[in-house]
Amino acid sequence: MIWQLDLIILSLVVICAIAAITVKDLLNASIILGVYSFMMCLLWTEMGAVDVAFTEAAVGAGVSTIFCISAVFQTKRRTKD
Amino acid sequence: MKVLGFLAVAFTGFLLVVAAEDFPAWGDAASPASTHLSPHFITDAVEETAVPNMVTAVLADYRGFDTMFETAVIFTAGMAVILILRRTRRGRDKHAPEDRTDELVHKDLITRTIVRLLVPFIQLFAIYVVMHGHHSPGGGFQGGVMLGASFILLAITFDLRTALKRIGERKNILLANAGLFIYAGIGALCLVLGLNFLDYSALISILPATDRIMAHSHGMLGIEIGVAIAVMAIMVIIFANLASRGRYDKGL
Repeated sequence: MIWQLDLIILSLVVICAIAAITVKDLLNASIILGVYSFMMCLLWTEMGAVDVAFTEAAVGAGVSTIFCISAVFQTKRRTKD
Repeated sequence: MKVLGFLAVAFTGFLLVVAAEDFPAWGDAASPASTHLSPHFITDAVEETAVPNMVTAVLADYRGFDTMFETAVIFTAGMAVILILRRTRRGRDKHAPEDRTDELVHKDLITRTIVRLLVPFIQLFAIYVVMHGHHSPGGGFQGGVMLGASFILLAITFDLRTALKRIGERKNILLANAGLFIYAGIGALCLVLGLNFLDYSALISILPATDRIMAHSHGMLGIEIGVAIAVMAIMVIIFANLASRGRYDKGL
Protein backbone atom coordinates (compact mmCIF):
# COMPACT_ATOMS: atom_id res chain seq x y z
CA MET A 1 0.00 0.00 0.00
CA ILE A 2 1.43 3.35 -1.05
CA TRP A 3 -0.43 5.94 0.98
CA GLN A 4 0.00 8.78 -1.53
CA LEU A 5 -1.62 6.70 -4.26
CA ASP A 6 -4.31 5.62 -1.80
CA LEU A 7 -5.06 9.22 -0.93
CA ILE A 8 -5.40 10.25 -4.58
CA ILE A 9 -7.64 7.31 -5.45
CA LEU A 10 -9.82 7.65 -2.35
CA SER A 11 -10.34 11.38 -2.86
CA LEU A 12 -11.22 10.72 -6.51
CA VAL A 13 -13.74 8.10 -5.34
CA VAL A 14 -15.40 10.63 -3.05
CA ILE A 15 -15.35 13.34 -5.72
CA CYS A 16 -16.88 10.99 -8.29
CA ALA A 17 -19.59 9.86 -5.86
CA ILE A 18 -20.59 13.44 -5.06
CA ALA A 19 -20.42 14.48 -8.72
CA ALA A 20 -22.59 11.54 -9.79
CA ILE A 21 -25.46 12.56 -7.54
CA THR A 22 -25.23 16.32 -8.07
CA VAL A 23 -24.92 16.43 -11.85
CA LYS A 24 -28.20 17.16 -13.69
CA ASP A 25 -27.47 15.31 -16.89
CA LEU A 26 -28.11 11.61 -16.35
CA LEU A 27 -25.78 10.60 -19.16
CA ASN A 28 -22.96 12.43 -17.39
CA ALA A 29 -23.97 10.77 -14.13
CA SER A 30 -23.70 7.31 -15.74
CA ILE A 31 -20.24 8.08 -17.08
CA ILE A 32 -19.12 9.43 -13.70
CA LEU A 33 -20.45 6.26 -12.07
CA GLY A 34 -18.27 4.31 -14.49
CA VAL A 35 -15.27 6.39 -13.45
CA TYR A 36 -16.19 5.74 -9.81
CA SER A 37 -16.22 1.99 -10.48
CA PHE A 38 -12.87 2.22 -12.18
CA MET A 39 -11.39 4.08 -9.21
CA MET A 40 -12.75 1.36 -6.92
CA CYS A 41 -11.13 -1.16 -9.24
CA LEU A 42 -7.78 0.61 -8.84
CA LEU A 43 -8.29 0.58 -5.08
CA TRP A 44 -8.94 -3.17 -5.03
CA THR A 45 -5.87 -3.75 -7.16
CA GLU A 46 -3.81 -1.66 -4.79
CA MET A 47 -5.04 -3.70 -1.83
CA GLY A 48 -4.04 -6.91 -3.61
CA ALA A 49 -7.57 -8.18 -4.29
CA VAL A 50 -6.99 -8.73 -7.99
CA ASP A 51 -10.00 -10.98 -8.58
CA VAL A 52 -12.37 -8.43 -7.08
CA ALA A 53 -10.70 -5.68 -9.11
CA PHE A 54 -11.16 -7.72 -12.28
CA THR A 55 -14.86 -8.19 -11.56
CA GLU A 56 -15.28 -4.52 -10.72
CA ALA A 57 -13.59 -3.48 -13.96
CA ALA A 58 -15.63 -5.87 -16.09
CA VAL A 59 -19.02 -5.50 -14.41
CA GLY A 60 -18.94 -2.15 -12.62
CA ALA A 61 -16.97 0.00 -15.02
CA GLY A 62 -17.89 -1.87 -18.19
CA VAL A 63 -21.25 -3.49 -18.53
CA SER A 64 -23.29 -1.67 -15.88
CA THR A 65 -22.25 1.69 -17.34
CA ILE A 66 -23.55 0.51 -20.70
CA PHE A 67 -26.81 -0.60 -19.07
CA CYS A 68 -27.21 2.79 -17.40
CA ILE A 69 -26.51 4.63 -20.64
CA SER A 70 -28.97 2.54 -22.63
CA ALA A 71 -31.60 3.11 -19.93
CA VAL A 72 -30.94 6.87 -20.12
CA PHE A 73 -31.32 6.76 -23.89
CA GLN A 74 -34.75 5.15 -23.54
CA THR A 75 -35.99 7.55 -20.85
CA LYS A 76 -35.25 11.19 -20.11
CA ARG A 77 -31.79 12.59 -20.15
CA ARG A 78 -32.30 15.35 -17.62
CA THR A 79 -33.34 14.82 -14.04
CA LYS A 80 -35.69 17.12 -12.16
CA ASP A 81 -34.00 17.30 -8.80
CA MET B 1 -37.94 16.87 3.80
CA LYS B 2 -34.57 17.54 2.23
CA VAL B 3 -33.16 18.74 5.56
CA LEU B 4 -34.47 15.62 7.27
CA GLY B 5 -32.92 13.44 4.60
CA PHE B 6 -29.61 15.23 4.92
CA LEU B 7 -29.68 14.85 8.70
CA ALA B 8 -30.41 11.13 8.40
CA VAL B 9 -27.56 10.66 5.93
CA ALA B 10 -25.16 12.69 8.05
CA PHE B 11 -26.09 10.76 11.19
CA THR B 12 -25.68 7.39 9.47
CA GLY B 13 -22.37 8.52 8.03
CA PHE B 14 -21.20 9.60 11.46
CA LEU B 15 -22.18 6.20 12.90
CA LEU B 16 -20.31 4.42 10.10
CA VAL B 17 -17.19 6.49 10.68
CA VAL B 18 -17.36 5.74 14.41
CA ALA B 19 -17.88 2.05 13.70
CA ALA B 20 -14.93 2.01 11.31
CA GLU B 21 -12.67 2.72 14.28
CA ASP B 22 -13.40 -0.79 15.58
CA PHE B 23 -12.37 -2.50 12.35
CA PRO B 24 -9.17 -4.53 12.43
CA ALA B 25 -6.28 -2.94 10.58
CA TRP B 26 -5.81 -3.74 6.92
CA GLY B 27 -4.13 -7.14 6.54
CA ASP B 28 -4.27 -7.81 10.30
CA ALA B 29 -3.44 -11.48 10.80
CA ALA B 30 -5.11 -11.53 14.23
CA SER B 31 -8.50 -10.25 13.04
CA PRO B 32 -11.41 -12.68 13.49
CA ALA B 33 -11.91 -13.04 9.74
CA SER B 34 -8.37 -14.29 9.16
CA THR B 35 -8.02 -16.63 12.12
CA HIS B 36 -10.88 -19.03 11.54
CA LEU B 37 -11.01 -20.41 7.99
CA SER B 38 -8.60 -18.29 5.96
CA PRO B 39 -5.39 -20.01 7.19
CA HIS B 40 -6.81 -23.34 6.08
CA PHE B 41 -7.64 -21.99 2.62
CA ILE B 42 -4.26 -20.31 2.28
CA THR B 43 -2.15 -23.27 3.37
CA ASP B 44 -4.16 -26.24 2.14
CA ALA B 45 -6.08 -25.08 -0.94
CA VAL B 46 -3.34 -26.07 -3.38
CA GLU B 47 -2.87 -29.52 -1.87
CA GLU B 48 -6.58 -30.18 -1.69
CA THR B 49 -7.67 -28.89 -5.08
CA ALA B 50 -4.56 -28.40 -7.25
CA VAL B 51 -5.70 -24.87 -7.99
CA PRO B 52 -3.04 -22.19 -7.40
CA ASN B 53 -5.52 -19.30 -7.40
CA MET B 54 -7.15 -19.77 -4.04
CA VAL B 55 -9.90 -17.25 -4.78
CA THR B 56 -11.17 -19.55 -7.50
CA ALA B 57 -10.76 -22.56 -5.22
CA VAL B 58 -12.87 -20.94 -2.49
CA LEU B 59 -15.43 -19.59 -4.94
CA ALA B 60 -15.95 -22.68 -7.03
CA ASP B 61 -15.15 -25.52 -4.65
CA TYR B 62 -15.37 -24.73 -0.95
CA ARG B 63 -18.31 -22.42 -1.53
CA GLY B 64 -19.59 -23.86 -4.77
CA PHE B 65 -23.16 -23.94 -3.54
CA ASP B 66 -23.07 -20.19 -2.92
CA THR B 67 -21.68 -19.51 -6.39
CA MET B 68 -24.36 -21.69 -7.96
CA PHE B 69 -27.06 -19.51 -6.48
CA GLU B 70 -25.18 -16.36 -7.49
CA THR B 71 -25.45 -17.65 -11.04
CA ALA B 72 -29.10 -18.41 -10.40
CA VAL B 73 -29.61 -14.81 -9.23
CA ILE B 74 -28.11 -13.49 -12.47
CA PHE B 75 -30.28 -15.91 -14.43
CA THR B 76 -33.37 -14.71 -12.56
CA ALA B 77 -32.42 -11.10 -13.24
CA GLY B 78 -32.24 -11.82 -16.96
CA MET B 79 -35.58 -13.60 -16.93
CA ALA B 80 -37.13 -10.70 -15.00
CA VAL B 81 -35.83 -8.24 -17.58
CA ILE B 82 -37.40 -10.31 -20.35
CA LEU B 83 -40.66 -10.55 -18.42
CA ILE B 84 -40.90 -6.81 -17.79
CA LEU B 85 -39.44 -5.28 -20.95
CA ARG B 86 -39.93 -7.71 -23.81
CA ARG B 87 -42.63 -6.60 -26.23
CA THR B 88 -43.82 -9.03 -28.83
CA ARG B 89 -45.31 -7.75 -32.04
CA ARG B 90 -48.90 -8.25 -30.86
CA GLY B 91 -48.76 -5.81 -27.96
CA ARG B 92 -47.86 -2.49 -29.62
CA ASP B 93 -46.08 -0.01 -27.41
CA LYS B 94 -47.96 3.25 -27.93
CA HIS B 95 -45.52 5.36 -25.99
CA ALA B 96 -42.55 4.14 -27.96
CA PRO B 97 -40.80 6.87 -29.90
CA GLU B 98 -40.82 6.31 -33.64
CA ASP B 99 -37.65 4.93 -35.09
CA ARG B 100 -35.25 7.73 -34.28
CA THR B 101 -32.28 5.44 -34.56
CA ASP B 102 -31.30 6.41 -38.09
CA GLU B 103 -29.98 9.78 -37.03
CA LEU B 104 -28.24 8.30 -34.02
CA VAL B 105 -26.49 5.48 -35.80
CA HIS B 106 -23.27 6.85 -37.16
CA LYS B 107 -21.90 4.89 -40.00
CA ASP B 108 -18.38 5.65 -38.93
CA LEU B 109 -15.80 3.71 -40.87
CA ILE B 110 -13.08 4.01 -38.23
CA THR B 111 -15.07 2.67 -35.28
CA ARG B 112 -16.58 -0.08 -37.38
CA THR B 113 -13.23 -1.28 -38.65
CA ILE B 114 -11.63 -1.09 -35.23
CA VAL B 115 -14.49 -3.00 -33.62
CA ARG B 116 -14.44 -5.62 -36.34
CA LEU B 117 -10.74 -6.15 -35.64
CA LEU B 118 -11.11 -5.95 -31.88
CA VAL B 119 -14.05 -8.26 -31.19
CA PRO B 120 -12.25 -11.56 -31.95
CA PHE B 121 -9.43 -10.62 -29.62
CA ILE B 122 -11.83 -9.62 -26.84
CA GLN B 123 -13.57 -12.95 -27.16
CA LEU B 124 -10.29 -14.85 -27.25
CA PHE B 125 -9.13 -13.04 -24.12
CA ALA B 126 -12.46 -13.75 -22.44
CA ILE B 127 -12.11 -17.46 -23.16
CA TYR B 128 -8.55 -17.29 -21.81
CA VAL B 129 -9.85 -15.66 -18.62
CA VAL B 130 -12.37 -18.46 -18.16
CA MET B 131 -9.93 -21.26 -18.90
CA HIS B 132 -7.04 -19.78 -16.95
CA GLY B 133 -9.11 -18.74 -13.95
CA HIS B 134 -7.47 -21.44 -11.83
CA HIS B 135 -3.99 -20.05 -12.24
CA SER B 136 -4.52 -16.30 -12.57
CA PRO B 137 -7.19 -13.77 -11.62
CA GLY B 138 -10.39 -14.32 -13.47
CA GLY B 139 -12.99 -16.99 -13.87
CA GLY B 140 -16.47 -17.63 -15.14
CA PHE B 141 -18.10 -14.36 -14.12
CA GLN B 142 -15.42 -12.08 -15.50
CA GLY B 143 -14.95 -14.07 -18.70
CA GLY B 144 -18.69 -14.30 -19.23
CA VAL B 145 -19.14 -10.58 -18.79
CA MET B 146 -16.34 -9.93 -21.27
CA LEU B 147 -17.86 -12.31 -23.81
CA GLY B 148 -21.20 -10.56 -23.38
CA ALA B 149 -19.50 -7.17 -23.66
CA SER B 150 -17.99 -8.12 -27.01
CA PHE B 151 -21.50 -8.70 -28.39
CA ILE B 152 -22.71 -5.48 -26.77
CA LEU B 153 -19.83 -3.61 -28.42
CA LEU B 154 -20.95 -5.05 -31.73
CA ALA B 155 -24.53 -3.94 -31.01
CA ILE B 156 -23.42 -0.40 -30.17
CA THR B 157 -21.11 0.08 -33.14
CA PHE B 158 -23.30 -1.52 -35.78
CA ASP B 159 -26.86 -2.01 -34.60
CA LEU B 160 -28.66 -4.47 -32.40
CA ARG B 161 -29.80 -6.59 -35.33
CA THR B 162 -26.20 -7.25 -36.38
CA ALA B 163 -25.34 -8.54 -32.93
CA LEU B 164 -28.53 -10.56 -32.67
CA LYS B 165 -27.77 -12.18 -36.01
CA ARG B 166 -24.70 -13.67 -34.32
CA ILE B 167 -26.44 -14.62 -31.13
CA GLY B 168 -30.20 -14.60 -31.47
CA GLU B 169 -32.88 -14.26 -28.82
CA ARG B 170 -33.83 -17.93 -28.75
CA LYS B 171 -30.19 -18.99 -28.70
CA ASN B 172 -29.50 -16.57 -25.84
CA ILE B 173 -32.25 -17.94 -23.62
CA LEU B 174 -31.16 -21.46 -24.46
CA LEU B 175 -27.54 -20.64 -23.54
CA ALA B 176 -28.56 -19.01 -20.26
CA ASN B 177 -30.45 -22.14 -19.31
CA ALA B 178 -27.66 -24.40 -20.53
CA GLY B 179 -25.05 -22.56 -18.44
CA LEU B 180 -26.99 -22.94 -15.24
CA PHE B 181 -27.80 -26.53 -16.16
CA ILE B 182 -24.10 -27.34 -16.62
CA TYR B 183 -23.39 -26.01 -13.14
CA ALA B 184 -26.25 -27.78 -11.41
CA GLY B 185 -25.69 -30.83 -13.60
CA ILE B 186 -22.08 -31.25 -12.48
CA GLY B 187 -23.29 -30.91 -8.90
CA ALA B 188 -25.97 -33.52 -9.44
CA LEU B 189 -23.48 -35.78 -11.22
CA CYS B 190 -21.34 -35.82 -8.10
CA LEU B 191 -24.47 -36.77 -6.17
CA VAL B 192 -25.25 -39.59 -8.59
CA LEU B 193 -21.67 -40.86 -8.39
CA GLY B 194 -22.05 -41.37 -4.67
CA LEU B 195 -20.69 -38.26 -2.93
CA ASN B 196 -22.14 -34.93 -1.81
CA PHE B 197 -23.58 -32.32 -4.14
CA LEU B 198 -20.69 -30.45 -5.85
CA ASP B 199 -18.06 -32.69 -4.25
CA TYR B 200 -15.85 -32.97 -7.32
CA SER B 201 -13.85 -35.92 -5.96
CA ALA B 202 -16.66 -38.08 -7.26
CA LEU B 203 -15.74 -37.21 -10.83
CA ILE B 204 -12.66 -39.50 -10.84
CA SER B 205 -14.81 -42.43 -11.87
CA ILE B 206 -15.83 -40.76 -15.15
CA LEU B 207 -12.79 -38.60 -15.90
CA PRO B 208 -9.91 -40.71 -17.20
CA ALA B 209 -6.37 -40.28 -15.88
CA THR B 210 -7.11 -38.10 -12.87
CA ASP B 211 -6.74 -38.46 -9.15
CA ARG B 212 -9.00 -37.09 -6.44
CA ILE B 213 -7.13 -33.78 -6.35
CA MET B 214 -7.13 -33.11 -10.08
CA ALA B 215 -10.82 -34.03 -10.25
CA HIS B 216 -11.49 -30.93 -8.14
CA SER B 217 -9.62 -28.79 -10.65
CA HIS B 218 -11.50 -30.27 -13.60
CA GLY B 219 -14.85 -29.97 -11.85
CA MET B 220 -14.16 -26.31 -11.19
CA LEU B 221 -13.28 -25.76 -14.84
CA GLY B 222 -16.60 -27.33 -15.80
CA ILE B 223 -18.67 -25.11 -13.57
CA GLU B 224 -16.69 -22.01 -14.61
CA ILE B 225 -17.60 -22.74 -18.21
CA GLY B 226 -21.23 -23.07 -17.19
CA VAL B 227 -21.12 -19.76 -15.32
CA ALA B 228 -19.44 -18.04 -18.27
CA ILE B 229 -22.07 -19.25 -20.74
CA ALA B 230 -24.95 -18.21 -18.49
CA VAL B 231 -23.50 -14.80 -17.66
CA MET B 232 -22.69 -14.03 -21.30
CA ALA B 233 -26.21 -14.86 -22.46
CA ILE B 234 -27.83 -12.89 -19.64
CA MET B 235 -25.68 -9.81 -20.32
CA VAL B 236 -26.70 -9.82 -23.98
CA ILE B 237 -30.36 -10.38 -23.05
CA ILE B 238 -30.39 -7.46 -20.60
CA PHE B 239 -28.67 -5.12 -23.04
CA ALA B 240 -30.87 -6.08 -25.98
CA ASN B 241 -34.03 -5.51 -23.97
CA LEU B 242 -32.84 -2.24 -22.44
CA ALA B 243 -31.49 -0.80 -25.67
CA SER B 244 -34.57 -1.52 -27.77
CA ARG B 245 -37.36 -1.26 -25.17
CA GLY B 246 -37.82 -4.98 -25.59
CA ARG B 247 -38.70 -4.69 -29.28
CA TYR B 248 -35.43 -6.13 -30.57
CA ASP B 249 -35.25 -3.60 -33.38
CA LYS B 250 -32.26 -1.46 -34.28
CA GLY B 251 -31.44 -0.60 -30.70
CA LEU B 252 -29.53 2.47 -29.61
